[in-house]
Amino acid sequence: MTGFRAILTKECAHIRRDPGTIFFALVVPALEMMIFGYAIRVSIENIPTVIFDLDGRQESRRLVDSLVAARTFRVVERVHSAGEFRHALAAGRAKAGILIPADYSERLLRREQADIQVLIDGSDSQIATTAQNAAALIVQQLAMQRGRRFGESLQLAPARDPAGRSAMPIEARIRLLHNPDLISAFFFVPGLVVIILQLVLLFLTSFSIVKERENGTLEQLFVTPVSRAGLIFGKLVPYAVLSVGEILIVLTLMTAVFGVPIRGSLPLLAGLSLVFIVTALGLGLFISTLARTQLQSMQLSFLVMLPSVLLSGFVFPRSEMPLPIYLLSFGLPVTYFLEILRGIILRGAELRDLLPHVAGLAICCVVILSLALTRFRKQLD
Amino acid sequence: MSDAVIRTDRLTRRFGDFVAVRDVSFDVPRGGIFGLLGPNGAGKSTLIRMLCGVLRPTSGGGSVLGVDISRDPEGVKRRIGYMSQKFSLYADLSVLENLRFYGGIYGLDAERQQSREQAVISLTGLAAYNDRLAGKLSGGWKQRLALACALIHEPEALFLDEPTAGIDPVARRDLWDLLFELSHRGVTMLVTTHYMDEAERCTHVGYIHQSRLIACGRPAELKSAQDVTPPGTRRFELRCAAPADALARARALPGICDATLFGDTLHLLVEDSLSESALIAAVAPADPSATMRPIGASLEDVFVLLSRRRNAERAA
Repeated sequence: MTGFRAILTKECAHIRRDPGTIFFALVVPALEMMIFGYAIRVSIENIPTVIFDLDGRQESRRLVDSLVAARTFRVVERVHSAGEFRHALAAGRAKAGILIPADYSERLLRREQADIQVLIDGSDSQIATTAQNAAALIVQQLAMQRGRRFGESLQLAPARDPAGRSAMPIEARIRLLHNPDLISAFFFVPGLVVIILQLVLLFLTSFSIVKERENGTLEQLFVTPVSRAGLIFGKLVPYAVLSVGEILIVLTLMTAVFGVPIRGSLPLLAGLSLVFIVTALGLGLFISTLARTQLQSMQLSFLVMLPSVLLSGFVFPRSEMPLPIYLLSFGLPVTYFLEILRGIILRGAELRDLLPHVAGLAICCVVILSLALTRFRKQLD
Repeated sequence: MSDAVIRTDRLTRRFGDFVAVRDVSFDVPRGGIFGLLGPNGAGKSTLIRMLCGVLRPTSGGGSVLGVDISRDPEGVKRRIGYMSQKFSLYADLSVLENLRFYGGIYGLDAERQQSREQAVISLTGLAAYNDRLAGKLSGGWKQRLALACALIHEPEALFLDEPTAGIDPVARRDLWDLLFELSHRGVTMLVTTHYMDEAERCTHVGYIHQSRLIACGRPAELKSAQDVTPPGTRRFELRCAAPADALARARALPGICDATLFGDTLHLLVEDSLSESALIAAVAPADPSATMRPIGASLEDVFVLLSRRRNAERAA
């Protein structure tokens, strides 16, 4: 560990004198947490909707009211011609369009089947799926209500509830565990903690080493008797400490601002976070052995960050991925730490519940560190 | 020379198919200043890096202070100082902090750090700038600080890669005075440079051309070598009114082996058969102010001649 203390002292001086590093390590994560924590919403509401109501009487107004009442749809425009109707969708002002035919009320009164047309903009598949399901469900409920009322008027019922009222023959009683109110922050914010942590660690460590390479100070260090371990640890320890501060800030925001409770054990969370921090530091070190310039190290960091965001299960469920991509996601440390963090925070999972993920993270850690350490040499070739 | 502090023996380094340094052998005795010259990309930096233990030789070998550079590169690093081409100190650390950092790297204890700090600060005259950030120093002072850092552990051998590139003439002369001072104290140095006047001040010089060391020795020996001014030829300096015109005429004249413009004079390598008066008449006709005086070869003459000869051999 020759030179460890000298490198450590020097690195701390760099960090003290460069407000950018502290800002990037502590303030940016907090800002990102606030912005993305609020911005990312899984439940889709207020889909802009255009209404073309050719009927315009009480029954059609009741239909529109039920659609709006569920908050999935928000009426942005009412039009009076087929041309305007199509144009509102084509121009993107509305993502959904409801066309109620002129004979809607008459058909209902005559007990004929009435139909309405629902047009959905399919270009954003998530919005489209939500709109499709919501429209089908709302219309179905409305239809069932009418059916039930008709049955009651004939003293008929498909089934009766304990109070003797007319009811549907089967009802599913659904109970949501871990996140009963389906608050999307519960799912996303712990993931965000992981992503931000890796982002900061990757950039800080690879930058701090590649900057020395660019400035020629790394070559100067190679010519001194500083040991490899002293050089690497001296440079990485300050960033490990910074990242501990960072994860504390981000976790505090998570519980205080987004109301996500930590249900599991804090020491377990801290211990496994350290393993992940070491892994991410190793990844940063590895990148710094490949990159000659800070620009290259940034590009390489993005090359790691992109799959970490998209393929780790942070945004899209891994079970839905095609097999090759699914297998690829096992190579990302974020995949495991995401499962671990969500497990501990949301479900109160214990170490033995998380063993497969902990093993995966540990393997990533060992592989990445040994790769980085073998590649990082005090030689120029 | 058994007391050689820096020694290389057929030292060779390849990068793939490219040979950056080929069969380089030389010795530098204790206290010597070895000036290494050559165009950019000739292999000077590669050679220094091998001697400093950061680049492994492909074949051949070398030693610094008796430590083998291939077998114990880390052992070499403990005993040498290195000052690179580029300013490579920490711009956001002060002069003292940079010195303390390097002292820490070499594992100096507090007492020794204190005394060495004093020694290198007084040697380089940095005392007035102790608390200034290194990045805020001017070019010459940056070089002094780099030298001070390279000397903090009192190395017996010092490698300097273009230490005077881009600094002003006064700072350049001051730096060389420092190097001579060190040389008197027994520090052995290897310096790369592009300046011929710096080369003239070294105890030994070597010239690298296309990765080979094509000249090596004391400056005086090289300049007086027989093949630099071959028998039957003399060197002259011609001062005349229109040196550029004179150059064109001189190059066309049989009996003139070499002609170069040197400021407002002409340096000529002339066969004995051509008399001085005939030469003036041919090269600077109708110029009563034209005068000639005999001169010796310069190091530049030596390097130009050897490079040309090497190029001709390769072309043949």
